[in-house]
Amino acid sequence: MSGILLLEQALNGLQLGLMLFLLAAGLTLVFGIMDMVNLAHGSLYMVGAYLIATATQASGSYWWGLAAGVAGTALFGVLLEVSVLRRLYRRDHVTQVLGTFAILLMCNETVRMIWGSQPLSLNPPAALSGPVELLPGFFYPAFRLLIIVVGLATALLLYLLVTRTRLGMQVRAGASNRDMALAMGTNVQRLFTAVFGLGAALCALAGGMLGPLLAVQVGMGESILILAFVVIVIGGIGSIRGALVGALLVGMVDSGGRTLLPMVFESLFGAALAADAAPAVASILIYVLMAAVLFFKPRGLFPAHG
Amino acid sequence: MHLPRFAPSRLVLTAALAAAAAGAGAQSTDPVRVGLLSTLSGPGAGLGVDIRDGFQLAVKLNGGKLGGRPAEVIVADDQANPEVGRQTADRLIKRDKVDFMTGIVFSNVMLAVGTPTFQSKTFYISANAGPSQYAGEQCSPYFFSASYQNDNMHEAVGKTVTDKGFKRVALIAPNYPAGKDALTGFKRFYKGEIASETYTALNQLDYGAELSKLRATKPDAVYIFLPGGLGINFIKQFVGAGLSKDITLFGPGFSGDEDVIKAVGEPMLGMFNTSQWGHDMDNAANKKFVAEFEKEYGRLPTLYAAQGYDAARLMDAGVRDSKGKLDDKAAVKKALEAAKFDSVRGAFKFNTNHFPIQDYYLRVITRDTKGRITNRTLGTVFKNHADAYAANCKMPGL
Repeated sequence: MSGILLLEQALNGLQLGLMLFLLAAGLTLVFGIMDMVNLAHGSLYMVGAYLIATATQASGSYWWGLAAGVAGTALFGVLLEVSVLRRLYRRDHVTQVLGTFAILLMCNETVRMIWGSQPLSLNPPAALSGPVELLPGFFYPAFRLLIIVVGLATALLLYLLVTRTRLGMQVRAGASNRDMALAMGTNVQRLFTAVFGLGAALCALAGGMLGPLLAVQVGMGESILILAFVVIVIGGIGSIRGALVGALLVGMVDSGGRTLLPMVFESLFGAALAADAAPAVASILIYVLMAAVLFFKPRGLFPAHG
Repeated sequence: MHLPRFAPSRLVLTAALAAAAAGAGAQSTDPVRVGLLSTLSGPGAGLGVDIRDGFQLAVKLNGGKLGGRPAEVIVADDQANPEVGRQTADRLIKRDKVDFMTGIVFSNVMLAVGTPTFQSKTFYISANAGPSQYAGEQCSPYFFSASYQNDNMHEAVGKTVTDKGFKRVALIAPNYPAGKDALTGFKRFYKGEIASETYTALNQLDYGAELSKLRATKPDAVYIFLPGGLGINFIKQFVGAGLSKDITLFGPGFSGDEDVIKAVGEPMLGMFNTSQWGHDMDNAANKKFVAEFEKEYGRLPTLYAAQGYDAARLMDAGVRDSKGKLDDKAAVKKALEAAKFDSVRGAFKFNTNHFPIQDYYLRVITRDTKGRITNRTLGTVFKNHADAYAANCKMPGL
């Protein structure tokens, strides 16, 4: 019985972790290669979810909506990079934080103007709205399973892209030593634009996957952006591998903590105190994890810079 | 970002009415100013929108007036955030000098806004939040609930679940004042075993962890108090996880109202919930309200809309029966306490703590004669039900 509970929690943790990875991958590359703090990264996630919800409503198909929304957000990301962000790379971090925070606010208000402040509904395709029987007697929601599959496939594709292609080689070179990569003749401007567009597409994919589970609403980007920053701090800035490991750790600790802590607290302190204390402790658990990692490995688990 | 929005048409109307009635004495032509502070963004936005629409419908049907004086309704968003709520309330009270406040959905916002509102001697007519604090020791002569006390609807479900013979029930509510009130209320009338009691974060939208815990504890029934978007997500995920086959879902009226039905659809069929009101209740005031609401907004009203409507009608009675002398706080208080208006829920009167004594009903979600999925009122759970805190309220002077 508790075996099934643990298995289900592990799958939930994997699902949350993989979605955080999609966000963190773009964030860590932008941070690692361009040395740029991008607070507007969560806005790309929000814009992606809104575009996907709108395109799904217009086309009547979730899959077409997903494809159109991801493409649209990648285009939006590229435009954002070419028009504004490019001018911020050489500035100090404070300027970057202020500039991208302004973009975040503008995105929120623009989305509010276009779509209104009430959440949009984005439903999973009807075929995936029920449960599937994974083991005899163990049912798991089909859509959550799809999220895991898409997350794993994306992680694999990213791995191949980074380790097996020319673009990936330039990305790795840029992350570990930007000046040297420049000196060796990498066209950094084009590389940055490509990386930013890719990051935006990954954000939109996460938005389209999580939209049906959560809600498509203004401000959805901020709450998840904080988690994405925790992930890249744990994983080491600039490292895709670090982002994956960090995201899975955060996902597992968060889901595990929300189920196991109340049980542990209840057996230790009784039900009344557990009901009050356990949710509070569970919600700070990932920050405790981050603090612990920083204490032992101040540069994160897999730092990209030498 | 959160400036209150004026409806220009209302200003024009106000001006026209003021001009027409010139010479009739300043008091009857000065507008009654109402600060409608509600949740208009985020997962709880549907609730605030319905309160606003219900309130404005009542004013419109009343010829744009409250108690014979032109009404000016200033709508503002609290973003379901106590801090934003408090700042915006300050502005409504100090700058806009409103005569009444209303509209708050969430009890945590209510508790933050209450103190400055009561200190400024402004009457607050609640169209939703009814925290136990204001029903008991912290009761205020300036607070009137035109809705319920938070525990009440949950008490009615507790009794229903016991009557239907469920023995092991799991409870889920958000970790905020109304969530605590909810489960306290449920447990007051539920006699069986509690399989588990879970408090979730108020902004939580993913219930994966809670659902796997449910699967492991195997209760007969689960009782959820998850307002607005929270409930929509929970029910969708509950059905998606395949738990609806073995576990019966119960909720208060909030979790089984038209907003949730619209978002979730067919899986809602057969769900029992309780409320002090139903759109099919047979009284003249309700028939008019439901027909006009559908005509105006093209959807069925929720209980939030009904509460917003009644809040405006109570205000109307308060202004009318105090002869429009809004500075005479004692007269306004007396007029509000008398509550001489036809509530859409039928019989309505105030207890000593300014919370209603009213009936609570059991509803079930079915298809109506037009094929729509909606609520049908089944019967009465409590007659003339008062809250459990009134005895602790020693109503202070004005």
